[in-house]
Amino acid sequence: MKLAVVVQRYGLDINGGAELHARYVAEQLARRADVDVLTTCARDYITWRNELPAGESEVNGVRVRRFPVRRERDPERFGRRSHHVFGSRHSIADELAWLDSEGPASRALIDSVRRNDAGYDFFVFFSFRYYHAYHGIRAAAPRALLVPTAERDGAVGLSIFGPIFRGARALMYNSFEERAMIQAVSGNDAVPHVVVGVGSEVPARTDPDRFRQKYGITSPFVVYVGRIDENKGCKELFSHFERYARAVPGDLSLVLMGNSILPIPDHPRIRHLGFVDDADKFDGIAAAEALVMPSYFESLSMVALEAWALGRPVLANGRCDVLQGQCLRSNAGLFYESYEEFLETLALIQSNRRLAFAMGQNGREYFQRHYAWPVIVRKYLDMFDRLREEDARGAARPPIEPLPGWFARRRAACRAGDEVVQELPAGPARRAGRRG
Amino acid sequence: MSPEFSIRSDSVDVDEIMRQVRARIREKRGVDYTEDELRQLASVKLEKFLDPTRVRSDLIQHYRRLREPGSAAAAPPENYAFDDHLVYGSARGVSGGIITRIRRLLNPVLKLFFNPNPIIQVLNRQSAINAYYREEFDRTAALNYELIHNLVLEVTRLGIEVKNLKMRVESLSGRLDFSDRRARALESVVQYRPGTGPAVEVAETAASAPAQTGGQPARREGNEAAAGGPIKGEAQRARRRRRRRGRGGAAGPQAPGTPAESEPGGADDAFAGGAEAAGARGGAADSLPFDGAEPGPAKAPAPGAGEPTDQ
Repeated sequence: MKLAVVVQRYGLDINGGAELHARYVAEQLARRADVDVLTTCARDYITWRNELPAGESEVNGVRVRRFPVRRERDPERFGRRSHHVFGSRHSIADELAWLDSEGPASRALIDSVRRNDAGYDFFVFFSFRYYHAYHGIRAAAPRALLVPTAERDGAVGLSIFGPIFRGARALMYNSFEERAMIQAVSGNDAVPHVVVGVGSEVPARTDPDRFRQKYGITSPFVVYVGRIDENKGCKELFSHFERYARAVPGDLSLVLMGNSILPIPDHPRIRHLGFVDDADKFDGIAAAEALVMPSYFESLSMVALEAWALGRPVLANGRCDVLQGQCLRSNAGLFYESYEEFLETLALIQSNRRLAFAMGQNGREYFQRHYAWPVIVRKYLDMFDRLREEDARGAARPPIEPLPGWFARRRAACRAGDEVVQELPAGPARRAGRRG
Repeated sequence: MSPEFSIRSDSVDVDEIMRQVRARIREKRGVDYTEDELRQLASVKLEKFLDPTRVRSDLIQHYRRLREPGSAAAAPPENYAFDDHLVYGSARGVSGGIITRIRRLLNPVLKLFFNPNPIIQVLNRQSAINAYYREEFDRTAALNYELIHNLVLEVTRLGIEVKNLKMRVESLSGRLDFSDRRARALESVVQYRPGTGPAVEVAETAASAPAQTGGQPARREGNEAAAGGPIKGEAQRARRRRRRRGRGGAAGPQAPGTPAESEPGGADDAFAGGAEAAGARGGAADSLPFDGAEPGPAKAPAPGAGEPTDQ
């Protein structure tokens, strides 16, 4: 079986959530199939500047084919168009213009997908919201699987993506909440799908003492891992933790790992370590009392899964349906929606070690049962087998819905993306396929 | 297609833990308001605060406009980016480039009529000033709004807390009052062994003072009851007897310092009727630590303490 993983950026030094997800999946599938990665020459997701050479290369044993991006993103134009399509009534043409300005606009990549000169059986597209996924799925719908990595933002509510969700051959969702959201917005229940998620390369052994010695951390701590950004809920986390430190005496501190684009408060119980390597990250998580995940929008938090894999409980932002759902389904994490809840839940984790341990054990079991690589790879392979069986049977599939005509595309008939998303069902799925 | 994701652990149920956490927060906060409800309350107050009769009318319009994302009023007109190329420029693609070049060529001719350079400079500068003030305005307006909103939110929260505390103080005060009455009611039905208790002392005092003859029936009745005692298991009869004793005590003259005398709202009030009094009576009768059949000073207040009376 010959597969192509199509993603906006690819490389060892590219750590975006969807990109890392794509790399892990490509590397795992490469052990069971002939896998190529089709991507752009971009490294920076803000500009999509062509920084890597076009052509073929190899990353961790996987063949990578890079295609140049036609033009860099103009952030100002993209911002203006985003404001328009997310905030007010607009046309299909506006949405296409928005997609074009978002990028990464690589005609060569789309042409290659359309020609399918390498004879791929299936294309696995990552991140529905980008140019390559939209045009790629339109170019190769009968062979296209989509890993949407959708968050609850205005892009999901744009009209152009409905035909993509309905026209892809299959969807590989990250969570039940994501599936419910996409099915509600597009009515694509009939499209073959599975909730897969992604595994992680968690080391079999960790050394928490080494981490404590290296960074001179002697007190108990909770850890945050990821980009330190207001959009990730870090500002609220700092505010909550400072209030917590005032209210609860003791020496529990907050340790932050990751690059910061937000000023970090100068507080004796908040410690920023900067970007750390994987060994320090895993040892740090293993040394922590719990992992804090304050993000409002996540399609699947890989770092939360890693914490569970290491037997640590998670304290998540309950306003993120996916995180709340994961905590409820795993019984391995608590969540907060206000400072009072943050205070109570963190104090509970800090004071009740038996509970923290039991949640950690649940997390480990949850990870092993649903997110260990053999489970993930099996789900992908089962889906490929199912689609091939359908092909062999000659099962009829309707073609992907075409774009409306020139005039219809210019009629301002589309509702604001944010408005559409607000009306979608919300809340965590406590059990598979059910909402809270 | 996908397996069941729920892991049921006997020891950990996050849903239940979160319910308990929320119940605890509600208990602390006193009132069952969610964060959203609180915000809603605060926004209602904010609307009141922005009543045009109380504040400047342009202020309310300004804040309301800011509060409606996506509304036409919320989005100010875009600033016009102006530079020295713009006056010659054209948006017609390839032909636009040719037009621009021709205009530039004709610039010296234009300068024969008037000098456009100062106008271009002024407009360019004005555009930069506009952008600066718009940015400043947006920033301060957002900050002001957030500040006011947060203040109102906090005031709402405090208001609710104060109201709740008031209710709790009232409730505690009522309970204290009730306990006080109940204690007095209990004290009023204490039975002492014959020949003991403060009543005997009172009687002795009465004997030495003939003017106080009214004390006799009370003492006799009390002594009879104490001597015979209510029959165990005949709770109704015992209760009736106690009631009779209560009436007798209330009717007759009492020893100085008895509740009925010293405080009109004391034991008599507790037995007089009404919801609270009924509760007090029932409570006193039901939870008596000493039944009529087992009179004795063991659990009774110490004789001579002044307050209890043998009736």
